[in-house]
Amino acid sequence: MVERIGRRPGRVMRAERIARRRAIPPDRHAPPDRRMRRSLPPLRAAVALTLLAGGLAACSGGGGGTPTLNWYINPDDGGQAKLAASCTKASGGKYKIKTSVLPNDATQQREQLVRRLAAKDSGLDIMSLDPVFVAEVANAGFLRPFTAAESKQFTDGVFPPAVQSSTWEGKLYAAPFWANTQLLWYRKSAAQKAGVDPSAPDFTWDKMIDAAVRTNTTVAAQGNRYEGYMVWINALISSAGGRIISDAEKGADATIEIDSPAGRQAATIIRKLARSKAASPTLSTDIEEQARSVLNGSRGGFMINWGYIWRAENGDAKAGVINKNIPADLGWARYPKVNANQDSKPPFGGIELGIGGYGKYRDTLAVDAVRCITTPENMKQYMIDTGNPAARAVVYDDPQIKKEFPMAGLIRDSINAASPRPITPYYTDVSGAVQSRWHPPASVDPNSTPRRSETFIRQVLRDQALL
Amino acid sequence: MMAAVQSAPAATKRRAGRAELSDRSRSERRLGLLLSAPAVIVMLLVTAYPLLNALYLSLFRYRITAPDDKKFVGLSNYWTALSDPLFWQNVFTTFIITFATVAVELVIGFGLAMVMHRALFARRTVRTAILLPYGIVTVISAFAWRYAFDLQSGFVNSWFGLGDYAWFSGRWSSLFVIVLSEIWKTTPFVSLLLLAGLAQVPNDLGEAATVDGATAWQRLRRVTIPNMKAAILVAVLFRTLDAWRIFDNVYIMTSGQQKTQTLSFLTYQQTITRTAIGLGDAVGVLLFLSVVLIAVVFIRGFRVDLSQVRGDR
Repeated sequence: MVERIGRRPGRVMRAERIARRRAIPPDRHAPPDRRMRRSLPPLRAAVALTLLAGGLAACSGGGGGTPTLNWYINPDDGGQAKLAASCTKASGGKYKIKTSVLPNDATQQREQLVRRLAAKDSGLDIMSLDPVFVAEVANAGFLRPFTAAESKQFTDGVFPPAVQSSTWEGKLYAAPFWANTQLLWYRKSAAQKAGVDPSAPDFTWDKMIDAAVRTNTTVAAQGNRYEGYMVWINALISSAGGRIISDAEKGADATIEIDSPAGRQAATIIRKLARSKAASPTLSTDIEEQARSVLNGSRGGFMINWGYIWRAENGDAKAGVINKNIPADLGWARYPKVNANQDSKPPFGGIELGIGGYGKYRDTLAVDAVRCITTPENMKQYMIDTGNPAARAVVYDDPQIKKEFPMAGLIRDSINAASPRPITPYYTDVSGAVQSRWHPPASVDPNSTPRRSETFIRQVLRDQALL
Repeated sequence: MMAAVQSAPAATKRRAGRAELSDRSRSERRLGLLLSAPAVIVMLLVTAYPLLNALYLSLFRYRITAPDDKKFVGLSNYWTALSDPLFWQNVFTTFIITFATVAVELVIGFGLAMVMHRALFARRTVRTAILLPYGIVTVISAFAWRYAFDLQSGFVNSWFGLGDYAWFSGRWSSLFVIVLSEIWKTTPFVSLLLLAGLAQVPNDLGEAATVDGATAWQRLRRVTIPNMKAAILVAVLFRTLDAWRIFDNVYIMTSGQQKTQTLSFLTYQQTITRTAIGLGDAVGVLLFLSVVLIAVVFIRGFRVDLSQVRGDR
């Protein structure tokens, strides 16, 4: 349309008048021809660019040009986009990685990926998967399994829980990219006032809650009805020596073991905290960030939370969002124990990279790209960029990492000792069923909640109950 | 919405049956049918097909992520849903939300319609101001209300001196916020429909009543409301059907926590989150049937004449 205005003399139509008025207000008095020419180049360029971009997207990898790999990523402030750019560069023109951001919440990320994969989306080459969902998509045949040779490379020096979470029925379906775990974060001043040492070998949940109650401080946790609450429940049960489910390979007929002494111990702790003064007033809706702001609040004491806290607290203090002195007062220790004589099993999280089973380059370029993204150097770069811990242990010996993350050694040991959440293709059902019966935290009762949740999980797995 | 569309021809037929048709009205009717045919065909394509497909799938135990385990189970998904206390709890929640919102919206909406109707100056400004909330995307308004009542980012608690009262930690307080935001959001819609009704009440009637010595209250009760009954019922029907399918507010504010799950949310939860397509579709079909039931009750029971909403009498 714009071009036509320039060429056509004489009558000016209304739309054109409007277009002119909008496009070139400054020199309204110049002759029409010149006006148009002046305003055209930017417009023309914009149109051309748009068309070009559309064309590129349409024929991505079709005939000519560099093949494009679509990488669906979880939101992370640009760390993965940066890796995509550097791997694109490193490929020397073999491929180009384009990132698309998934929703914030792990459950919603899964929803979108599953929808695309179920529709056999060929434009889904690489995806950042939460470890708990690997089994489900692998079992459905949505992922391309790695060959034995590839697997060796992707698991070399990688933390065992990450490998375990990426494996389904003996095959590696995803490449561990970064690994996460929770630490006990605390205000040194609060611990001192309570006279406790969170790093002591006999520091348990009981001691922590008592200390917080005694000094009128809080123990912040994730008690909202969402995946984070499941993380907490699973860590407590594992730390008490139990597990929620076994024989997961049997799918809907797996053995449910949540009604066990360990399950009851976990319930006792959750109940005790939720009903004490030490609980955040919004415990039943708190997610990670709310827990962090409880720790930063006037009654801040202890908190279980992921590794991103260090970066977030320092960033906020620098930006003036929180008190400048908080980072210096921030202490960290391994996830608290349930029993003093039993090592805790911290939660496990992170991201694994899966290759879509329907992508055009699933056997070639996508594997190359994943190989590039998961090199120790790139993992280190990612850890420095985003604060998300690498999946390979060797990264933690790097002097730069040690300097940036004073707790790097603790994170490494915690991930090594971490206990993954149940690895089952029905994970969403298991997790949803547990959350449904264990929420709100204050309603948990060791005498009934584990038993009721065991029955309920079984019913949900067999489609005998709504969730 | 679907139900309303389906029932429209039925209503026409009923009325047409009453009187003998002239040639002209018969050919007009044929023209009408022809003109609406494309729309009906599109409706059939985009609604009838998914509906039948859902009906079919609801007879299976089927998950997208476990395609090999697909198994025909007959009506057992319906039985599972209907015998599950969660289903009835959700029905109850949905009912509470529907009842509370429709009742309050009707009262406030009527007041606003009067204001819009009677406004002497700045008419357009008044109407725009009243209709503004309706123009806001529900998801955005839901976030706004959630943040307003949130303990950390909200201002409601400090305004009313509620300390650290956690609105979204209890069932009734959560429902209160959900209902409040729903009312704020959709009252303009009700008032718009009622305004159309008000405009239909002939001025002469009110004037005649005034001459007869009727007070304002009497005029409202005896003249205005009876004359706009049809518009009121249409407003109530539309809002009831909408409120019955409420999803966005619940999804954003509580994600169904604290027993605030509604029927739509339950369907979403089974179909999308759990990918339990069979069970989810069974709940979806039940939801659809309940919507049809509401529409039938209104249209047959209260004799809502949907043509009234067009303003022709």
